[in-house]
Amino acid sequence: MSEASTTFLRSLPKNIFSGFVVSLIALPLGLGLALASEAPPISGIIAAVVGGIVVALFGGSHVTITGPGNGLVIVLLGAITALGAGDMYQGFLYTLAAIVVSGVLMLLLGFLKLGRLADFFPASAIQGMLAAIGIGILSKQFHIMIGNAEAKGSIVSLLAQIPSGLWEVTKSMDPAIWVAAAVGVMSLMIMIFYSKIRNPYFHLIPAPMWILILTVGFSYACSWFAIPYPLSEKYLVSIPDNVMTNLAFPDFSKAFTQEFAVAVFAITFIASIESLLSIKAIDKLDPESRRSNVNKDLKALGLATVISGFLGGLNVVTVIARSSVNVNNNASNRSANFFHGLILLALVLLFQEQLRRIPLAALAAILVYTGYKLASPALFRRIAGIGKEQFAIFIITLLTTIFTNLITGISVGILVTFIIHVILNKSVGLFIGNLFKPNILMFKEADEGNYYISVKYFSSFVNFYKLKNKLDAVPESESVVLDLSMASFVDHTVMEGLQNYSDTFTKRGGSIEIIGLDKHGADSVHPFAIRKILPFDPLKPIERYFTKRQSDLENTAADYQWNYRANKNIGVDFLSNFIFFRTREIRYFYNTLEDDQQSCRVLDVEFTEGQFIAKEVIKSTLMYITLDRSLPVFTLDREGLLSFLYTGAGFTDVTIPRHDYFNRRFHLSGKDPKAVRLVFTDQLILFLESHPFYHVESNGNAIMILKKERLLGVTEIKAMIYFGQELRSLLQV
Amino acid sequence: METSRLAHFFNSKLVLLHVGEKTADKAHRINGILDKIEHKDLDFEIHWETGDPVETILKASQSNDVDLLVLGAMQRENVFTFYVGSIARKLTRQVKCSVLLLIKPAQVRVPCQHIVVNGLDDPDTPTAIRCALYTANALGAKRVTIVEEIRQQEVQVTVEDDKSLRQATLRKERLKAREESRVQHILEAMPEELTSKVSIKSQSIFGKRGYSIGHYAEVIRADLLVMNAPRKSGVLDRIFPHDIEYILSDLPTDVLIIRNSS
Repeated sequence: MSEASTTFLRSLPKNIFSGFVVSLIALPLGLGLALASEAPPISGIIAAVVGGIVVALFGGSHVTITGPGNGLVIVLLGAITALGAGDMYQGFLYTLAAIVVSGVLMLLLGFLKLGRLADFFPASAIQGMLAAIGIGILSKQFHIMIGNAEAKGSIVSLLAQIPSGLWEVTKSMDPAIWVAAAVGVMSLMIMIFYSKIRNPYFHLIPAPMWILILTVGFSYACSWFAIPYPLSEKYLVSIPDNVMTNLAFPDFSKAFTQEFAVAVFAITFIASIESLLSIKAIDKLDPESRRSNVNKDLKALGLATVISGFLGGLNVVTVIARSSVNVNNNASNRSANFFHGLILLALVLLFQEQLRRIPLAALAAILVYTGYKLASPALFRRIAGIGKEQFAIFIITLLTTIFTNLITGISVGILVTFIIHVILNKSVGLFIGNLFKPNILMFKEADEGNYYISVKYFSSFVNFYKLKNKLDAVPESESVVLDLSMASFVDHTVMEGLQNYSDTFTKRGGSIEIIGLDKHGADSVHPFAIRKILPFDPLKPIERYFTKRQSDLENTAADYQWNYRANKNIGVDFLSNFIFFRTREIRYFYNTLEDDQQSCRVLDVEFTEGQFIAKEVIKSTLMYITLDRSLPVFTLDREGLLSFLYTGAGFTDVTIPRHDYFNRRFHLSGKDPKAVRLVFTDQLILFLESHPFYHVESNGNAIMILKKERLLGVTEIKAMIYFGQELRSLLQV
Repeated sequence: METSRLAHFFNSKLVLLHVGEKTADKAHRINGILDKIEHKDLDFEIHWETGDPVETILKASQSNDVDLLVLGAMQRENVFTFYVGSIARKLTRQVKCSVLLLIKPAQVRVPCQHIVVNGLDDPDTPTAIRCALYTANALGAKRVTIVEEIRQQEVQVTVEDDKSLRQATLRKERLKAREESRVQHILEAMPEELTSKVSIKSQSIFGKRGYSIGHYAEVIRADLLVMNAPRKSGVLDRIFPHDIEYILSDLPTDVLIIRNSS
């Protein structure tokens, strides 16, 4: 037996267990989501069963769970209402046809490798849309939760009816309504306080399942004590007498109408977006941090949706909450999804009788909680924290979605984001002119073997995919230096996306370091805030726009018990007597790391080279070391690139006898060759030969170490500090 | 000024061409500039022409049998868009000789340190590399980097998951080795006196042809970028104009476009 199949078999028990736990959640959610869409409850279960089995067999992700999704509730409800024109069941049959067609479209998207579709949407607009979906679910389900199944109308009017709905309950004479409302509120309490109760036995069963067990148990208790069950069939889940034979079949007779096309488009759009976002989010949770093949997953989801549609089930999408439960229960591969489908099928077939006893109010409570989670006040606060403009985008998308529909909402969101970007930069040309130009350069730096990526013009949601393409092509165990100094504008979507990449890289032993953002201004201190190049303003305090690199530097300083100061300094005299800076004008230094004795410091320097039109502004990280003894003036360079400069300063080349390799590789020059030769002991030469190359320069009493003519990432700085300290101890003797 | 210095470095004859009315004022100004030139022994002549700039320059360059046409250009400005967008771009396309676009001609000599040259798999590439090396020697530049741009399509693997990523990385390594050995062959064929004085490196980049090299030159702050000229015929015709256009629309540094005159 091969090794792969052995590990598979060995991990099977925990995957079966995880699949079982997930199926316990999928059962109430499947019923609830279908009910919320005004579809027969069983259609949600069908989607979960088919999705679990088909996607597990053909999918490209690892620990995701598939089934009916939250996002689709509003779209499906809209489609059923619009296509049915009053007759809900007929509308459902038409919608099934739309589901089948949307499945075919998703299959097509997968084959066309359009898995990066989700990359083109601004993060805040997506958040706004999801929050609107949450509010939509909440507004309708709240009424069902309190026993009022008749509430109808738009999202806004349903929300407005909530106070009067509550009032109706209190003065109602019908005990059934009271019981339903009590069940609903109790269920909601279970959902809310479930995570607060820290009892391992209690947590063996997920909250939604507790609700089902308790409510169904209640109905059995009633019958044992021969009390008439207060809830009539109106308040209970209806399931066909024989699940296997009474399957609905799609009705394609409206297939060429406009509403149908709109429905297909909306369903495909939301299903793809929800799946792609969930897959990406779950990839981050995967304990083995594998990379999902999203295109393969899209194909599998499409196929599953087609099958589900023909069997009378809803869309199959990748769902985030169930997937994360799956991860928490130690699922390790797709078999968990498979067993979730299979166990769910078994549960439905075995417990048909019990399922009919589930009160609608209980399911509605689960959905109210889900809806609340999608649009919680914490989310609003989080987005407001990123920046005013993100909050504006979020709120505009949210309101447009609530008042019109999802497609209009997200379109307006994209448009508003773009307009805000244009206003912030006061330039349309920056975006229009450079939209189709390639703007990313990536190469492997020859000497170190790390990847270097430079981004020009701007980087926002419209061209983030280009950057993503490059980042995707880098193995996560490598280190990447991402230079944004040539991009004059970086938006929130990109900052957040880069953080996600950075997390994945760190998890797998690599790193992404962003440099060149120090010049960029930000509206808030949030790490994902929009960054844009500030108009020329040399001594603006940069402490306000703290970048990730700066906080990493602060941590590094703490590790070494050094001091860190971010502010700009213009007292650069201590540097200007190095020959290197003889033709370069130092403007200021910042991001200073310094040890207690002030003998070592690492700083970012901004200096200019040349004058007038040939003038170039360069930022570089260097290390400055003072010594207790005096040293001859010398410079150590590679291949004598700067030799013209030093010959001008009266330097002569120094060769060290008996060290041919060193002489070939390094270019050492100084004013007093004899003194320099005394400093370069065998030990020092061995040290220099066996370490990566640095430009080292002495001005008589201090040493300057320079790596590259660009800012260094934090790991590079750590390496530099190590090199500098070793060098110092060698020179100190 | 810069032009005269260049002519001096290459020991060639300088032909100044002024398109526009000859006025006493302008003539005086040009003579004033010429007086200040450091190298008095320079062989030069001045032509005064009128008419459409592009055509006049084209005609003049042909009739005078010019080897190198030097044009000034702004890096990225409104004037530049007009200038490079029309005159320089048209000239670069149509002219029969090599073209040097200067974005920062300086009155005082700024030493040229680092030259970037393309190393595409193209019959003209050896010429371009030879020119770059020759220029490096003539100008005293210390470093020449040969950039091989490898098109993404050549990798032939789309990265979708870990497995395809591994495949793509392997293929890239192989392509890189192939390209580097190709460049090495070209270099071996170069005469010793060209290669001995400069440090030659090669860097392979996976990216859009013509674009990446410009961005690379900007990132490492090269002083001169040497490129093959767009070819006139074949399928390449459709690819190359784009390459040059990327460079022209956003000049990273001074650009020398080599056209094989034979």
